[in-house]
Amino acid sequence: MTQKTTTKTKFGIYGGQFVPEILMPAIEELTAGYEKYKNDPAFTAELDRYLADFAGRPTPLYHAKRLSKAYGVKIYIKREDLVHGGAHKLNNTIGQALLAKYMGKTRIIAETGAGQHGTAVAMAGANLGIETVVYMGAVDMERQRMNVYRMYLLGTEVVPVESGSKTLKDAINDALRDWVTNVENTYYLIGSVVGPYPYPVIVRDFQTVVGKELREQIMRAEGRLPDSIVACTGGGSNAIGAFYPFLDDEDVDLFAVEAGGSNLEVTGKAAYHSASLCTGELGSLHGAMTKILQNKYGQILESSSIAAGLDYAGVGPELAYLADVGRIKPRNVSDDETLDAFFELSRLEGIIPALESAHAVAYVKKAADTGELGNVVVINLSGRGDKDVYSVAKREGFESL
Amino acid sequence: MNLKDKFTELKTRDEGALIAYICAGDPTPEATAEIVHALVRGGADIIELGLPFSDPIADGPTIQASIERALDSGMNPDSFFDLARSLDADVGADVPLVVMTYYNLIFKRGLEKFVSDCVKSGITGIIVPDLPVEESEDLALQCRKYKVDLIFLIAPTTYPERMKRIAENGSGFIYLVARIGVTGARDDVAESTLSLIDAVRSTTYTTTPLAVGFGISTGDQAAAIIGAGADGAIVGSAFVNIIAEGAGADVPERVERLARELKAGCSRRPR
Repeated sequence: MTQKTTTKTKFGIYGGQFVPEILMPAIEELTAGYEKYKNDPAFTAELDRYLADFAGRPTPLYHAKRLSKAYGVKIYIKREDLVHGGAHKLNNTIGQALLAKYMGKTRIIAETGAGQHGTAVAMAGANLGIETVVYMGAVDMERQRMNVYRMYLLGTEVVPVESGSKTLKDAINDALRDWVTNVENTYYLIGSVVGPYPYPVIVRDFQTVVGKELREQIMRAEGRLPDSIVACTGGGSNAIGAFYPFLDDEDVDLFAVEAGGSNLEVTGKAAYHSASLCTGELGSLHGAMTKILQNKYGQILESSSIAAGLDYAGVGPELAYLADVGRIKPRNVSDDETLDAFFELSRLEGIIPALESAHAVAYVKKAADTGELGNVVVINLSGRGDKDVYSVAKREGFESL
Repeated sequence: MNLKDKFTELKTRDEGALIAYICAGDPTPEATAEIVHALVRGGADIIELGLPFSDPIADGPTIQASIERALDSGMNPDSFFDLARSLDADVGADVPLVVMTYYNLIFKRGLEKFVSDCVKSGITGIIVPDLPVEESEDLALQCRKYKVDLIFLIAPTTYPERMKRIAENGSGFIYLVARIGVTGARDDVAESTLSLIDAVRSTTYTTTPLAVGFGISTGDQAAAIIGAGADGAIVGSAFVNIIAEGAGADVPERVERLARELKAGCSRRPR
């Protein structure tokens, strides 16, 4: 059993609760609340109803015949791009928003980078009738005006963050500050398997629905488990969600594909990539010990990726642990390889993937003929690419869009 | 001078401590040295030097901007300890130096190396706002070994059981967070601050001095805090605001004047 944790709050040396004292009681309250409701029949029944009728689960497992032929292995695609909102994000936000409601919280806050998590929070909040406030870097707001408006349509207050680099990490800092200030009535809804315990566990558990469905579906289709599962990894919520039910199946190889960006180089202040599992070093960021991109002094580097959702200097602590013990295999692909896969999946299968998810496709393309992936491969396609169409078009020179 | 001796000295004089925070390197290491001297001239009893970290989640906009300016000026842990060593030579005999920084910078340097570097540069205490008592065992071990104080925070949300654990594990002083929220100068001092001081005293029976921070910017506020039974008042944002405003040469004078006002407040113990 590789998933056993060393202590209550840690995965081996990773995880923990590196947060200001003022938040500790709230984190303890969250831990107790989650323990109380996670197996509560009323809670799980209500969550299942939301996942089915609101999120649109289960999502299909699709045999991608033309892609299989092109890459020379049998490829199945787990269609998280078909979840309401266009990505796996809602699995988590609806789960945590419901938890917030059960815990009696009247206000939900969140941070967002590209706006995907913020939108999923806004959808869950609107559906459950809970006030939502989303922090977003001013620079990101300018880059992602469509998502800002989507959140507005959904009744969410989007707060521009003007400090620092005015991007995701500053939004996280401001959301934490809000929580510090309003901790009594406010639930902080984290969007990935990062942050202090218990968030990595809560988010993982709500995303595990992906892997559970996948397991049943592949058994029906193939009569056996896949040889490998490939998922893109930023914070890592879609990856751990797909992987978790397979951790004890040692014959199923699990590939966590990170953003290799333009290259794997770093400067004193910035990395040209977001490959924390592949290249990061142990340190504490946003409440957890994990593998992070940092300079020799421990200052956090600005990360970089063509996919905003992977653009993060850390990674979920459980994934860092699973990489160390050899249960998952960290890999990375470049921005250019990702773009090739983005076009290929669109043309061969009629599915425009999110640039994040295209990283997983790109790795399958890259590794298929090495034999590393085996014969039956599942790609967890975490999101759809509508949000990326404009930026890809611009990159390709379609300026008129 | 260490914290224990400083608080003992102040007690004999029946004064509260003025603990002044500035971020090292904002806007330059040279300016920091000048400002520290001004703080000491104004009567600051303890200097809390921020070692700037790229992701300061526990600090408000004022301090965060200060940290960004310090990072832009090139401040790093190596130059920080150099600066601390020279300050210690100037003022350390009378004024204890304390470092406030985030855990990753300590962890990355190596816990033992960081603590021994503190000793070598005259820093007698460490405050780590993102290190709750649960995660502090490894650092506490090194601090005990090198006789450096590990200073913990108690917040308005801290319940009695946690207060006890914190009081048992910390030394030097206990940093009471004056009100829910993050650092930043406010206009008044909340009633809840006063009851927090009482709660910590009556719950923990600790003999460790209690210093109150977050939101103190005037002599009257400092007097109210000390009058309510605190052993010290921690002031950061109010000084940092002066540094942020002043490209002019009068920054040290303004800092000194504010320190003098605050210290007068700390010495005005109502009977």
